[in-house]
Amino acid sequence: MAADSTPAIVASHFSDADNQETAATLGMWIFLATEVLFFGVLFAGYAVTRLIHPEAFGNGGRHTDVLLGSINTAILLTSSLTMGLAVRASSVGWRRSSVTWLTLSAILGVAFLVIKGYEWYHESLEGLLPGPGFDYSGPDVPGVELFFFLYFTMTGAHAVHLSIGILVVASVAVLAARDKFSADYHTPVVLTGLYWHFIDVVWIFLYPLFYLVSRS
Amino acid sequence: MSGFEPFIAEASAAAGRTDALLLALTIISVLVVGGISLTIVVFAVRWHAGSRASRQRARGSVPNRGRMAEALWIGIPLLVFLGIFVWAAVLYHQMRSPAADALTIDVVAKQWMWKIQHRDGQREINELHVPVGRPIELVMTSQDVIHSFFVPAFRIKQDVLPGRYTTLSFTPTRVGQYQLFCAEFCGTSHSQMRGTVIVMTPSEFSDWLAANPGEGSLAAQGEALFRRFGCSGCHGASSSVHAPKLEGLYGHPVALANGSQVTADARYIRDSILLPVSQVTAGYTPIMPSFKGQVSEEDILKLVAYIRSLAATESQP
Amino acid sequence: MTSITANGGPSYISAGYTLRSWLTTRDHKRIALLYLVSILFFFVIAAVAAAMIRIELLTPAGDLVDDDTYNKLFTVHGVVMVWFFLIPSIPATFGNFLIPLMIGAKDVAFPRLNLASWYVYTLGGLFVVGTLIAGGVDTGWTFYTPYTTMFSNSHVIAAVTGVFIVGFSSIFTGLNFIVTVHQMRAPGMTWFRLPLFVWAHYATSLVMVLATPVLAMTLALIAIERLLGVGIFDPALGGDPLLFQHLFWFYSHPAVYIMILPAMGVVSEVIACFARKPIFGYRFMVYSLLAIAAVGFMVWGHHMFVSGQSMYAGMVFSLLSFLVAIPSAIKVFNWTATLYKGSIHFDAPMLYALGFIGLFMMGGITGIWLAALAADVHLTDTYFVVAHFHYIMVGGAVMAFFAALHFWWPKVTGRLYPDGWARAGAIVMFVGFNLTFFPQYIAGFLGMPRRYHAYPDEFQVLNVLSSGGAVVLGVGYLLPLLYLGWSLRRGRLAGANPWGATGLEWQTPSPPPPDNFASPPRVEGPPYAYHAEQAAGDSHGR
Repeated sequence: MAADSTPAIVASHFSDADNQETAATLGMWIFLATEVLFFGVLFAGYAVTRLIHPEAFGNGGRHTDVLLGSINTAILLTSSLTMGLAVRASSVGWRRSSVTWLTLSAILGVAFLVIKGYEWYHESLEGLLPGPGFDYSGPDVPGVELFFFLYFTMTGAHAVHLSIGILVVASVAVLAARDKFSADYHTPVVLTGLYWHFIDVVWIFLYPLFYLVSRS
Repeated sequence: MSGFEPFIAEASAAAGRTDALLLALTIISVLVVGGISLTIVVFAVRWHAGSRASRQRARGSVPNRGRMAEALWIGIPLLVFLGIFVWAAVLYHQMRSPAADALTIDVVAKQWMWKIQHRDGQREINELHVPVGRPIELVMTSQDVIHSFFVPAFRIKQDVLPGRYTTLSFTPTRVGQYQLFCAEFCGTSHSQMRGTVIVMTPSEFSDWLAANPGEGSLAAQGEALFRRFGCSGCHGASSSVHAPKLEGLYGHPVALANGSQVTADARYIRDSILLPVSQVTAGYTPIMPSFKGQVSEEDILKLVAYIRSLAATESQP
Repeated sequence: MTSITANGGPSYISAGYTLRSWLTTRDHKRIALLYLVSILFFFVIAAVAAAMIRIELLTPAGDLVDDDTYNKLFTVHGVVMVWFFLIPSIPATFGNFLIPLMIGAKDVAFPRLNLASWYVYTLGGLFVVGTLIAGGVDTGWTFYTPYTTMFSNSHVIAAVTGVFIVGFSSIFTGLNFIVTVHQMRAPGMTWFRLPLFVWAHYATSLVMVLATPVLAMTLALIAIERLLGVGIFDPALGGDPLLFQHLFWFYSHPAVYIMILPAMGVVSEVIACFARKPIFGYRFMVYSLLAIAAVGFMVWGHHMFVSGQSMYAGMVFSLLSFLVAIPSAIKVFNWTATLYKGSIHFDAPMLYALGFIGLFMMGGITGIWLAALAADVHLTDTYFVVAHFHYIMVGGAVMAFFAALHFWWPKVTGRLYPDGWARAGAIVMFVGFNLTFFPQYIAGFLGMPRRYHAYPDEFQVLNVLSSGGAVVLGVGYLLPLLYLGWSLRRGRLAGANPWGATGLEWQTPSPPPPDNFASPPRVEGPPYAYHAEQAAGDSHGR
């Protein structure tokens, strides 16, 4: 259903709506670039530490819950689909559709966090939380502890970003429900979509590194 | 104010070569900085506001002359820089290539002192006696944080790391006593972590070695540790445990269980003692316990010296 | 300060006098002044630390303060100078103030993000001040592991948290500048008509945005390792201390380009104006800025030649370090060529800019020494390195900051300052700087290590010279404070363009109105439309 065209509110320092939209989009891409470098440090740390402790990483990788991890991957990928559909709906001015797809994306995000939390809880019960309580009875305990250190740090950083994403998606859904967007102006939905897809891409790299290593 | 000396001795083989490079750099720097500064002064005076010097632009295409100028002052610095790079890299490679007959001395650094162990067992703290004219290789590790072994008179420096060995090669060329500094910030008393390198004639050096015996050679002390820690229980000739034999091992390649190959050097021995599971020999199971926390860095160096001394037995391939 | 503009409307200063109007402003010019006050505050803290260091080093024995205190002094000096003064100094003050004006825009792309960056800076600063009050941190600004994570008994986590937070201020500023330059240029202002000051900040912003996140995560890992006793940087825990060094220097080398690129932008503007000539080789200057930014990401390992890094890695980093020097050399040659057949005026901004060229050359050429592997083995971790980076950061970046201060003071405040005092100040600063830091090159070659609280007697002469020079340098910093402060009340009114400079910022009143321009300017031609052959003999075309 096409909503009535809500014109963009153009801030006074921009020359026109197009100028404002391009600026906002460019800003989001630059922000995503900073996030790549932010996570990049952790991936570099993983690479180096794995070179030092190859067997430990294999052993550690067999202690993560590959079923739950795979389900979570499916959930997140689906949420990217729903997000894409939300952006599409918004771009043609379909208010009700966009609200539905945005809400679904947020719900899927929450589902991911619930399952992740459940995994972490069980891993901590097994004594796999790095620190004083770490309890592993195999070879190369330091190496396995480092594997789990990286596991909790990287999935934790991802979860923080996902939580922020869920809040943003929910807020944008509320704004969409209040008819703030139209085919002419839906930049916030597009930017939220970019961020959401980025979080998904990070997970696509995390999943094999922590769940699939040494499971062939 | 005492003893200001505008120059320091060149007391190693590398020092003279490094000084030649530094001299060349000084000359280039003076020419460049002086030349450009002079040019700026001349331009500033000649064309200061109100001067009657001509400001007519010469005929001929300005963009082309401009590009020629740019090409010149990109091309010439590039050539000079590449020349310096190659010269310095070659010197660096020479510094980092130990001589085959080097006298090896072990160094263990800790907050805030240098502990030296000679192969024949002599021990020193904050002093290093070496013979002149002989290539020396220091094998160094730290017990705690990163330190750095710096002897300005030799123009050499090498960081000393915890958890691994680094090496420093030099050949002292002048008898005398030279300042040793720690050159990597290591905590409260970093600036007091100094010492002296004492370069002696070969005969003085053997006299010194004889007059300062340790508790036997490092290898002999290592053998005692080998028994004390129970290593011979598995690695000894009469052991029934299936453990790799260590005779003739040092310096030779070892096939690991994960398919790769490593050379059995000091690093390999150290890692095998502290974290044996990280490099299991092919055909063996990872049953060796870790000795982390039980054996000090100096002890490990003694064990390395012992294993190095074990010649291959006849029955080995 | 002046309160009304030529057309009778309010200036950005008089448009509101309440504290609230300043603390909730979205005006890039006001945010620039907020930053100016903040960075001055932190400069004083770090300068006091430096003064105490130089007093302590007058004698070989450590007799003024104890070992731990000395270590905390050089740490706070480094941390505060790098992150709270040098990195924001030109971009957050003059970049913020001038970029919209120079491109003919009303403001930056994201004014609220701009204000947020200042608040984030302040929050980070509070952490650092808190760390100081709680007793300080003693690791050196480089935070090497495992000392920092496992051995130091000082307030490491508070300190790295402060730096983590202030990093986001950098990221916000850089993001804002990139989008501003892409999207907010006035009609006719094509990329190759941009002033070099703008290009310099664009290149700087690319570095800020890509390098700073690496520092942030690395410091976060330090804090976690220290808290949990688990981590990837400590060999006792199965980690690698060299991994920390690689990650740290991957940011911290580009960081020095964040500090120098804006300075180079300032120098280009000043030299063109006071030589009354377009900058020689504008395109080469642009490409050099971008090349420095790009290649600057590839040389970090030259801080690690003796660290235990492989010899071959060292050779690669050495070669790249020589290459990154080439674009800087191009800039020095081009500035010199700009003077050729110019009409040169020796006002204070020009004296500072010429001082920059001389001191930057000396610092830069000693960078070549350090890039040379065999030379670096002897010189690294000595006072030679300390001299090298102070020549570039203080002799270079800080002098350029003062050049900017003196060049754009009339625009920012609407007031002129007394000529004679300003020129004297520049000369005092130049002389004092050389007296302070040149002896340190010699001390380093002779083997004096850095971060040494006490040192062998034979280095005392050089240290006394250096400390004496520091007194002169201090006078050089105080003088501008005095006469610039005086000018706020008593200085002559400046008018829109006291220097007869080109550039859109001079086509609007001093101080500018809140919206910068009465009507959007149109740009017709290239920058630096100066004519030396006509200007010969005139005084700035005032």
